Amino acid sequence: MSHQVKGLKEEAQAGMKGRARSGSPRTGDRLGRRSSSKRAVKAEATPGRLGAQRSQKARTGDSPSPGSPRRKQTGRRRHGEELGEQEQSKAERTCQGRRKRDERASFKERTAAPKKEKEIPRKEKLKRQKKPRSSSLASSASGGESLSEEELARILEQVEEKKKLIATMRSKPWPMAKKLTELREAQEFVEKYEGALGKGKGKRLYAYQMLMAKKWVKFKRDFDNFKTQCIPWEMKIKDIESHFGSSVASYFIFLRWMYGVNLVLFGLIFGLVIIPEVLMGMPYGSIPRKTVPRAEEEKAMDFSVLWDFEGYIKYSALFYGYYNNQRTIGWLRYRLPMAYFMVGVSVFGYSLMIVIRSMASNTQGSTGEGESDNFTFSFKMFTSWDYLIGNSETADNKYASITTSFKESIVDEQESNKEENIHLTRFLRVLANFLIICCLCGSGYLIYFVVKRSQQFSKMQNVSWYERNEVEIVMSLLGMFCPPLFETIALLENYHPRTGLKWQLGRIFALFLGNLYTFLLALMDDVHLKLANEETIKNITHWTLFNYYNSSGWNESVPRPPLHPADVPRGSCWETAVGIEFMRLTVSDMLVTYITILLGDFLRACFVRFMNYCWCWDLEAGFPSYAEFDISGNVLGLIFNQGMIWMGSFYAPGLVGINVLRLLTSMYFQCWAVMSSNVPHERVFKASRSNNFYMGLLLLVLFLSLLPVAYTIMSLPPSFDCGPFSGKNRMYDVLQETIENDFPTFLGKIFAFLANPGLIIPAILLMFLAIYYLNSVSKSLSRANAQLRKKIQALREVEKSHKSVKGKATARDSGDTPKNSSKNATQLQLTKEETTPPSASQSQATDKKAQGPGTSNSASWTALPASGHLPISRPPGVKPDSDHAPSQTHLWRSASGKSAQRPPH
Amino acid sequence: KGGFEGKPIAENTDSSPLSTRAHRRFCELLPQEQRSVEQSLLAQVPFEQILSLPELKANPFKERICRVFSTSPTRDSLSFEDFLDLLSVFSDTATPDIKSHYAFRIFDFDDDGTLNREDLSRLVNCLTGEGEDTRLSASEMKQLIDNILEESDIDRDGTINLSEFQHVISRSPDFASSFKIVL
Repeated sequence: MSHQVKGLKEEAQAGMKGRARSGSPRTGDRLGRRSSSKRAVKAEATPGRLGAQRSQKARTGDSPSPGSPRRKQTGRRRHGEELGEQEQSKAERTCQGRRKRDERASFKERTAAPKKEKEIPRKEKLKRQKKPRSSSLASSASGGESLSEEELARILEQVEEKKKLIATMRSKPWPMAKKLTELREAQEFVEKYEGALGKGKGKRLYAYQMLMAKKWVKFKRDFDNFKTQCIPWEMKIKDIESHFGSSVASYFIFLRWMYGVNLVLFGLIFGLVIIPEVLMGMPYGSIPRKTVPRAEEEKAMDFSVLWDFEGYIKYSALFYGYYNNQRTIGWLRYRLPMAYFMVGVSVFGYSLMIVIRSMASNTQGSTGEGESDNFTFSFKMFTSWDYLIGNSETADNKYASITTSFKESIVDEQESNKEENIHLTRFLRVLANFLIICCLCGSGYLIYFVVKRSQQFSKMQNVSWYERNEVEIVMSLLGMFCPPLFETIALLENYHPRTGLKWQLGRIFALFLGNLYTFLLALMDDVHLKLANEETIKNITHWTLFNYYNSSGWNESVPRPPLHPADVPRGSCWETAVGIEFMRLTVSDMLVTYITILLGDFLRACFVRFMNYCWCWDLEAGFPSYAEFDISGNVLGLIFNQGMIWMGSFYAPGLVGINVLRLLTSMYFQCWAVMSSNVPHERVFKASRSNNFYMGLLLLVLFLSLLPVAYTIMSLPPSFDCGPFSGKNRMYDVLQETIENDFPTFLGKIFAFLANPGLIIPAILLMFLAIYYLNSVSKSLSRANAQLRKKIQALREVEKSHKSVKGKATARDSGDTPKNSSKNATQLQLTKEETTPPSASQSQATDKKAQGPGTSNSASWTALPASGHLPISRPPGVKPDSDHAPSQTHLWRSASGKSAQRPPH
Repeated sequence: KGGFEGKPIAENTDSSPLSTRAHRRFCELLPQEQRSVEQSLLAQVPFEQILSLPELKANPFKERICRVFSTSPTRDSLSFEDFLDLLSVFSDTATPDIKSHYAFRIFDFDDDGTLNREDLSRLVNCLTGEGEDTRLSASEMKQLIDNILEESDIDRDGTINLSEFQHVISRSPDFASSFKIVL
């Protein structure tokens, strides 16, 4: 007895300590008083508890289960008790984090207490004393059995709980030391009892399963680590991230993503088109389309010619014209024209799918776009710092940008509707837009003019290097100088920087797009011209061959050797010409980018760095300073480059390979350049927000680059003497041909039926209807969502106001403490009753349990004295009750189990 | 004992490369004689050493971060476990809840469990830097804090508590991506 009381005292002290540590002095005082009263109550309740132990001991005496769980049980009961106590104090305290810590601290104290061990001999003694009663209790034969079953179930529950704890350990805001001890405890517990659970039926199998599960977890972890290590350039990007913040890193992540996509495209094209052609197709020089013409032969290997993708490169598998229109090639009977067509289609299909999928996953990740307006200031305050920044310069920039954003938002808030000199601003904005539209038109015209001129040049001989590369040079120069010009013009507009950045992005986008489309239109003109000439060339070819074979001078008996392929006159093959244009554009774009980086960034940085020692003013802070990393420009450049790849890849299968090389080199080169010679951008261009913005632009460009390719495939006749579709009326005829020849006839009929406009138009209509329906459904759902959110907000506000009113009321009432403390004491006893029902008054306690937690105050008052005197005079009613014991214990178990199950916070 | 200590740590954090890397970095902060495994696990590194890490050097909250993660009684040094704790909270794999919980504790300058006006103004000063030109004036500060309380203080008690803070943070699209420190 004395031991128990001592233990309780200890507990009470521990509780007090915990509370004193956390609370303010006033509350600590109050609580201290309360806990002293509690101690008294506990002392009263002790005999009851002892009784419980005794009877339980008696019941479990014969059960074959190991002793340790039982020990655990008593410990657990004590936990439950204290948890209840904590629960009680929880209501009073407001500081949540502190509470958690205390609770857990006392929890640990309890688990670590050596009291449990000491209890065993005492129990033994008790058992011996109560032997007769125990036998009478356990007289019902099945009692032991069912109990062990229950116990097993409970242990299983506990084990599951511990396992859950292990699994969720990472998401608990505890210090590492606590996590470690908790984890070790939980692991030990699980290890100890997991084996016991499988007892009797296949214990070894169970252990083996556990072992394998552990091994599997470890393997998965290792594999995950391996996977993260396999992500290319991860450390490089992290390095950049820590120097320049997440916005610059987002460009590199985008670049890496693009590289992945291009690798897949490259695999498709290379594996299904180029390799079969090289391995199984007719070799170089066998037919005219695979041979350099006689006129170009001597210069075909010159570097200057190769650099323009003429000569041998033009007549290689890199370009459309090289492929033969044989239906099947090689011993595999590989249908190359079909494969060429399908790969061209699937390049677009795959790109569309991957872009849309990543857009969707991005939007799923971001929650509540519309809600962000409500928290502009808080977001600026709490989330604007980028913890990755590890560079003091970057940090200074970030300070400045945060300050400006604060000031801006304050000013916005203050004078949101105050607008001064609106007419001047309007005039300036109109003027600026006018100027920019002039610039755009001018650049468009310039490109058109240049492309036209280059067509003139291409007909002439002996053109200079500049004249040959005029188009590319002009386009690159425009791309280089127009954006700064736009920026200068945008100063007139006096927009908010963020709006300004959007306008700037839009304008650069328009410029690039305009340039690209002008270029395409001019190219189309060229193509049409070539197509018009094709008829005459076809005739010439025909006549040449005819004359060659039918010319006199050869006797008819000996068949004439075929005309050498290099000598056959041939058409201009507009597809290859288009492919070459795109190839050149890509390469020159790449070179211009690299040269700009070298000159504009690296040399400038060197100059600023080293000339600063001997210059009149501070170069680093003053005029030239270091270059910033231009995220928007780089992203747009990357996107447009990709657009060109998509457009050109159908006519130049090698283009994707070039692009893969380009992306690879630019990854390393730009990583180096940004780390060596750039300072971070001062403008705020948040990374995660803009991610989908990039993707949206990419999708737009993909769509826009799909249009010209689709147009050429659907409505232009292919060249008559080059490419896989030569001789056909349209390129897509290859599909029809395959269906007719290689599939059974009924399939062909089905396809013909499906292609019927009478079926397609309803299908499209149906799709539109579905889109409309889904759209309206999502709209109504989002509306409902918003309404619910509003409701929740309103509810919470009402709740809080109630609480604050109540808080004030209690503060007012705190004058009459006796009343309060007595109330507290009642509550305390109530919880005491609920968590530790003494066994002697089991019947009453369980009765109360059955009534539910809503027991009235008076009931608990009456119960307490009863529990106080019951052990002294043992009621005779216990014995008749004995056959109810299992059910009662069950009830009690479930109750205590519930209280122990409660997660410790 | 050292090996026995080290293994569970590696197992617990579920990312052994991180913990070994962290241990290497931690050892670099220790004097030469304490670099053995068992001593380094028991050693305490004072704040000045931790603050000199390049990853933390530019951070305006570095002192707060160290204080929040320190478990030593005087709150002026970090053990390896604290250090590992810090890194795991700032890692990619930590849940947003954990991140916001610790962010709250970092911003709670006086450790009283709520963000009051004093905390907020100190936070603003941290964010705007030391320079005179970037500092906000008193009226701007007041305006700013009023606005923030207007937005986030749901129960209108003049302070922001943890749940209000987490309510705001959970709606931020880029908190989790920026609340990171990479070793």
